[in-house]
Amino acid sequence: MIAPISTVSVAVPAPDEAEIRRYCACPKGVDDLLTECLSEMHELSYRVSFRVFPVTRTEPGLDLGFAVTDSKDLQKALEGCDRVLLFAATVGLLPDRLIAKYNRVCPAKALLVQAIGTERVEALCDAFCEEQKENYAAEGAILRPRFSPGYGDLPLALQREVFAALDCPRQLGITLNESLLMTPSKSVTALAGIKTKEHFG
Amino acid sequence: MTYLEFLKDNRVIFDGGTGTLLQKAGLPVGQATECWNLTHPEALVSIHRAYFDAGCNVVTANTFGLNPLKYSEEDVRQGVFAAIENVRRAAKESCGKQEKFAALDIGPSGRLLAPLGDLDFEDAVSAFSCVVRAGVAAGADLILIETMNDAYETKAALLAAKEASTLPVVVSNAYGQDGRLMSGASPDVMVALLEAMGADAIGVNCSLGPKALAPIVERYLELCSVPVLCMPNAGLPRVENGETVFDVSEEDFAKEMAALTQQGVRLLGGCCGTTPEYIRAMIAAVKDLPVQPIEKKQTTVITSATRAVSFDDVPVLIGERINPTGKKRLKQALAENDLAYLLNEGLTQQEKGAQVLDVNVGAPEIDEKTMLPSLACELQAVCDLPLQLDTADPVAMEKALRRYNGKALVNSVSGKASSMDAIFPLVQKYGGAVIALTLDENGIPATAEARVEIARRILKRAGEYGIEKKDIIFDPLTMTVSADNQAAAVTLDALRTIRNDLGCHTSLGVSNVSFGLPGRPAINAQFFTLALENGLSAAIMNPYSQEMMSAYYTWRLLRGKDENCLSYLHFADRNEPQAAAQSANTPATLQEAIERGLKSQASSLTDAALTSCAPLELVQEQIIPALNAVGERFEAKKVFLPQLLMSAEAAGCAFEKIKQAMQGSETPQTGCKIILATVKGDIHDIGKNIVKLLLENYGFAVQDLGRDVAPEKILEAVQRENAPLAGLSALMTTTVPAMEETIRLLHEKAPWCRVVVGGAVLTQDYAAKIGADHYAKDAMETVRFAQTI
Repeated sequence: MIAPISTVSVAVPAPDEAEIRRYCACPKGVDDLLTECLSEMHELSYRVSFRVFPVTRTEPGLDLGFAVTDSKDLQKALEGCDRVLLFAATVGLLPDRLIAKYNRVCPAKALLVQAIGTERVEALCDAFCEEQKENYAAEGAILRPRFSPGYGDLPLALQREVFAALDCPRQLGITLNESLLMTPSKSVTALAGIKTKEHFG
Repeated sequence: MTYLEFLKDNRVIFDGGTGTLLQKAGLPVGQATECWNLTHPEALVSIHRAYFDAGCNVVTANTFGLNPLKYSEEDVRQGVFAAIENVRRAAKESCGKQEKFAALDIGPSGRLLAPLGDLDFEDAVSAFSCVVRAGVAAGADLILIETMNDAYETKAALLAAKEASTLPVVVSNAYGQDGRLMSGASPDVMVALLEAMGADAIGVNCSLGPKALAPIVERYLELCSVPVLCMPNAGLPRVENGETVFDVSEEDFAKEMAALTQQGVRLLGGCCGTTPEYIRAMIAAVKDLPVQPIEKKQTTVITSATRAVSFDDVPVLIGERINPTGKKRLKQALAENDLAYLLNEGLTQQEKGAQVLDVNVGAPEIDEKTMLPSLACELQAVCDLPLQLDTADPVAMEKALRRYNGKALVNSVSGKASSMDAIFPLVQKYGGAVIALTLDENGIPATAEARVEIARRILKRAGEYGIEKKDIIFDPLTMTVSADNQAAAVTLDALRTIRNDLGCHTSLGVSNVSFGLPGRPAINAQFFTLALENGLSAAIMNPYSQEMMSAYYTWRLLRGKDENCLSYLHFADRNEPQAAAQSANTPATLQEAIERGLKSQASSLTDAALTSCAPLELVQEQIIPALNAVGERFEAKKVFLPQLLMSAEAAGCAFEKIKQAMQGSETPQTGCKIILATVKGDIHDIGKNIVKLLLENYGFAVQDLGRDVAPEKILEAVQRENAPLAGLSALMTTTVPAMEETIRLLHEKAPWCRVVVGGAVLTQDYAAKIGADHYAKDAMETVRFAQTI
């Protein structure tokens, strides 16, 4: 039987200012404004839902247990893996609310909040994957880098299957719109291959 | 016995989880449970029957995920019929002797409503209505709206249930660990909203186990005048020996549910991970407990989507600034649909201490029926204060109330029969608290007694509409003392009687008292204090008035309504004149203030400069050079986008002052007309808004059509305005075809108009390929291109 969906809160390191500045293409300046935006965003929720599926090779691609795909890039990312960790992560609606607000009354802040939100959800994914990597290392397996629908030739349309498999609306409050974009916008779905010891080499 | 008759004196047992049981029966992972209603009726009947056998009164049909946003309407209808029939069969086949009911189950649509999401409120209502109609036709006994994590979507579902059926409705929300819905609403918000809209029972389900949900359930019990429901998860799932198990055992679940029952929970059941065994254990644990009576609560509460304001000991301040009466600049902003100005007016009032915002858009050239609902929605997107919807037009009121996210304050109804018959049905349907003016067909009575008499009549009539006393807030009307020297005394007498004898809340528009007299602020403040002393619960007032705010905070301080003097100290602190730090940090000129992106300094320096300088001169000699300097530094990569925007915003503040100085006359547009839009299917608009801001700074007349705009709508605007330039933005590869289609349409039907495009996925080549006249890599470049037109 396939394991149930787990939903957890993750401890995430403090914001990385250099990374935030990279996202908004602003290497220096606006220090006060950035501090102000950061303080408005210190109460984010960091939540992840995840589930592990067996991976089987079929012609012409992969059976992921919740979907089949012929994506070559995903096959490369999951090379040698017998299982896949599917997850969805979100920092919640606060960034969207602030962006909607500042978009109308202070575009400079909208831009910074946007960058902070992106840095935060990426940091959440990093922290979650790092945690999982250690867990798998303990059982002698390797967790490979994450790969998201929309990367390379993996179609964004896979989001529909991902959402069904992780029950995202119910577990995390993430919804998918008609253009297959997620709200809260600071959300990520991804797959990471798991390589068990006997599959090494 | 009907479900409502049963609910009156009994505890109602709902069923538990279905999803995990169906997966055990072979439902593949990722396949929706509703797919089995028609194909595997036996599996569902058997699960439903087990719940009836365990002693459930209500079994929810397997319709949680059925809605026309995911399936065809015919599939929804058939699915609902099959699902209800499965419950009916189970009820018949069950050995249980208890009362049995079938509930139509409505879960979240799976889409987020606008403005944060892309699903229109009315589309959500019609999707839910389709499910409700099917449920009614299939013979459901009640409707259970559950696991909703967004207040607005919950409202849409409840509205659909009420409009498309007469069935009883139970509404349950899913809270996160922070005790709020995903959309930010607290239990206080949900209770106020759902009770006011007429839900028959409300409560919580899913997300957490019974112990973790307890604090939220307890808050419901404190607030609710209707029965409270609780259907927790069996804790969190984990895998043990290849089996999914939950970390709250049947015994612990039953014990916790019994504790909540003793506190007053009347509808009990389970959610994810619970099984007929959990329910059986729970029934055994509660069966000998007495059924708790439900007490009517008397607190008056209004809400926004996330914030509840209750009328209790501390008077509520209602900001009056969004009202065109006597305000030229606001009237102009409404006429030009200058949202930035209007929204800023809301946010500034909040900063000054307003707890509710009055929204009035009544002016001769404004169409209130469109403007009131749209401005209310826009305000709700940026500001979390509850709104007081203020219009004399019942149609505009209905449109605004319907779309309002929360429980609004309705301004107003009067003792005129026509007014009550127009407004009370709206309050009954959409919920709300209403300001009631003590006047009637004969006008405003001269005596306090006669005004109180009208108040009594209003209360009686409201009662006939099922509107409770707590939701009527009386305004005994402030009249002008210069016209009648007893005017203020009569108002205060009426106020006191309504507060003490009728036990109702009161509100006044204060400033009318001083009309026609010198030194108005002092009179208003003094009258405000007197009104507070006589039991005023809320005031519609100007939060920018130092005298009024001072009167308010001082009164609270002296009346023991300000613990540790915190509110007063905070107020005093805000008003401390800024230490006149004339250091090197203070900009000397407007040009410098703009270049450094200092908004408040740009405003004050503009004010100062305008005393000795003509407005247009200031634009030419300070603002434009400042913008050019920053633009050049941006292009040379010496400053970056946030700084460029800060300068643009500071320039915007300066322009605002200049507009005011020109007394609402048309501001000169030096540049051409430009239509801007994010193309169909795309909901990103940060980039487009940046372009708009800069273009406006440079004097272009920008018309922003927003995001997700259809090609025809863009063409229509270009033709109407005869615009020589249109700017299109797209951020996703999937929406570039919509951009291409728009360009094609514009070139064919409006060949005079050139099209500039931008957005993350575009490149020079790509832009050329889809036929754009110009590709702008950033906002400055759009300005530069526009200047060549």
